Amino acid sequence: MKHLLGIEGLTRADIESVLRRAEAHLHGAPDASHVLRGKVVANLFFEDSTRTRTSFEMAAHALGAEVLNWTTAGSSVSKGETLLDTVRNIEATGPVALVIRHRSSGAPHLAARHVRCAVINAGDGTHEHPSQALLDAFTLQRRWGEVEGRTVLIIGDILHSRVARSNLHCLKALGARVVLCAPPTLLPAGIEALGAEVTWRLDDVLPQADAVMCLRVQSERQGESFFPSAREFSRLFGLNAARAERLKPGALVLHPGPMNRGVEIAPAVADGPHSVILDQVAHGVAIRRAILEEVCQ
Amino acid sequence: MSPGSTLLRRGRVIDPRNGVDGVRDVLVRDGQVVRVSEAPLDVPDAHGVEAEGKWVLPGFIDLHVHLREPGEEGKETILTGCRSAVAGGFTAVVAMPNTKPVNDSVLVTEYVKAKAREADLCRVYVAGAITKGLQGEEMAEMGALVAAGCVCITDDGRPVMNAGLMRRALQYATQFDLPVMVHEEDLTLSGKGVMHEGRTSTRLGLIGIPPSAEVAMVARDLVLLEETRGRLHVAHVSCEGSVRLLREAKRRGLRVTAEATPHHFTLEDEAVGDYDTHARMNPPLRTRRDVEAVREALADGTIDAIATDHAPHGVLEKQVEFDKAWNGVVGLETALGLTLGAVREGALSLSRAVALLTDGPARAFGLPGGHLAPGAPADITVVEPDVEWTVDATRFFSRSRNTPFHGRRLTGRVTQTWVGGRLVFENGQMKESR
Repeated sequence: MKHLLGIEGLTRADIESVLRRAEAHLHGAPDASHVLRGKVVANLFFEDSTRTRTSFEMAAHALGAEVLNWTTAGSSVSKGETLLDTVRNIEATGPVALVIRHRSSGAPHLAARHVRCAVINAGDGTHEHPSQALLDAFTLQRRWGEVEGRTVLIIGDILHSRVARSNLHCLKALGARVVLCAPPTLLPAGIEALGAEVTWRLDDVLPQADAVMCLRVQSERQGESFFPSAREFSRLFGLNAARAERLKPGALVLHPGPMNRGVEIAPAVADGPHSVILDQVAHGVAIRRAILEEVCQ
Repeated sequence: MSPGSTLLRRGRVIDPRNGVDGVRDVLVRDGQVVRVSEAPLDVPDAHGVEAEGKWVLPGFIDLHVHLREPGEEGKETILTGCRSAVAGGFTAVVAMPNTKPVNDSVLVTEYVKAKAREADLCRVYVAGAITKGLQGEEMAEMGALVAAGCVCITDDGRPVMNAGLMRRALQYATQFDLPVMVHEEDLTLSGKGVMHEGRTSTRLGLIGIPPSAEVAMVARDLVLLEETRGRLHVAHVSCEGSVRLLREAKRRGLRVTAEATPHHFTLEDEAVGDYDTHARMNPPLRTRRDVEAVREALADGTIDAIATDHAPHGVLEKQVEFDKAWNGVVGLETALGLTLGAVREGALSLSRAVALLTDGPARAFGLPGGHLAPGAPADITVVEPDVEWTVDATRFFSRSRNTPFHGRRLTGRVTQTWVGGRLVFENGQMKESR
């Protein structure tokens, strides 16, 4: 794998290879601190993110790399520098990989066309968030042994969610059934063509789910009238305690964070027996180590 | 400069307005067509040009071109735009008013005309703005623009969102019998969209523009047209819904004309690929079904003209994040090849294709040319029909290279362009008088 720009286009074997590596890292497999020793991994975060950036940083350190953390705050971007100039300037300092988070869909693709080092997409606009999908799949696989044949229900703002797109590609590649549930205004046109089933009847599909992934309701969307209010969203699409009772026994509940407790997910559900949300966070570093290994070797 | 007499011998003349399609000799004198003869002519004092095996066509007319001057001369100038035009076989272009400053005044109109005279390559007709500064708020001085020579008015690049103002502009324009050219886009429907709304936009995580953004405005303007009895010209038709409304409006006899671009009848939204900003345009590339609908409309007369919407942009506008890129594609030098591509695929007859590049646009705006009857301006495009060539954007005469067609194989190439009886372009070379 030269770059990791998205899950789309990866084969099942590619994905399984990353998951296997992550498993090894999770078991503290042989000291990996030599893998990128003396190398530099550049984190380019054009958009705020604490957990993804920290997680990539920890992963790079664990592989023995130095980390160059670059953020737009106070950078040349605020002086009007273009994305390509920024990327080329950072590349000139000699990193082995650029980890890019950007609010424009496709920004890492643009970068990848103009640099020689590896580019890892750490979330681009409303397009993809591949490392998140890999850690989600990893979390599910570790619980289930096998993702194939399971039904995963993703609820919420699918339209604006890079997590949903990456998870859809990843879970489909691993043989799962993926159902997307959202108000019609938040279901993107033609998403069925990517292999999803769609519905806005949450209560009908909830009992079929082996795992439910709640997406963050982006409060800034309310002003755009995709839905009338957080309260109405919560009533129709929130995973509250009553709904959680209708889950299959042993069904898993995921959330990519940060959560709006009481909106898309009730606190009791987020912290309840179905929840694997903290596992997701814990698996993030192992997955990102595996990704850095894949693209830097 | 007196062009003298020229005799184009034994070319296949395709002149849809006059019902000609066959081998003819064309005699040109003093900038006009003098004779089109089935029998070989013997005119001893004429300069003879061998056209056997070639097509001799009326010069192409492009109703929709952005020459970027004044204001953005780094992208294109009137001179480089005219070179691009004649290299593509266009002998006349209509220059859009969204320059800097906007052409909402006699001063800018005169400036464009003066620069076009200086370039001295093809005919440059000027379009004035509908509203001052393209702001969509107050009408520009239409009478003055017409007096200065504007052949239509348009806020192209932007819709006139205010329906009341649009209605009055159509009404007011009737006194000049002026076509009002419209960029049909309901901004509340297109929103922050950057490409067609569909499976590709969803896959790429890009905000989509639904066809309704265009169709709803076409519907509105046809309603207004019917009330005002003005003349409406719908720019760059991109989708099936618009075609259906236009077909019905024409059937009912409304004075509406329309154009489509080669990119809209050639490419689908999938051409965006992995964020190729060269495929970013407004209206966006749509679906196969829309491409087919536009092709049918070109064939059956619902759409009157092929126009390029030649929109030069520099690297700074295109080598950026997709959602930050500017809309547009250069089109003058690829238009013929792409049009002939549609002919080869059976979407249009050759004579209909020629009509869409010549007679159709001339009639839509009431421009001279577009045909080769005696007395017509000697604006002639000579084409070598079977030459295959590869689009190489680095070799465009346009100052800009933004095209999604770089590397594409096309068949059919312009070998000579004559404007007013003067050879201005031949075999890849400009024949400038200066």
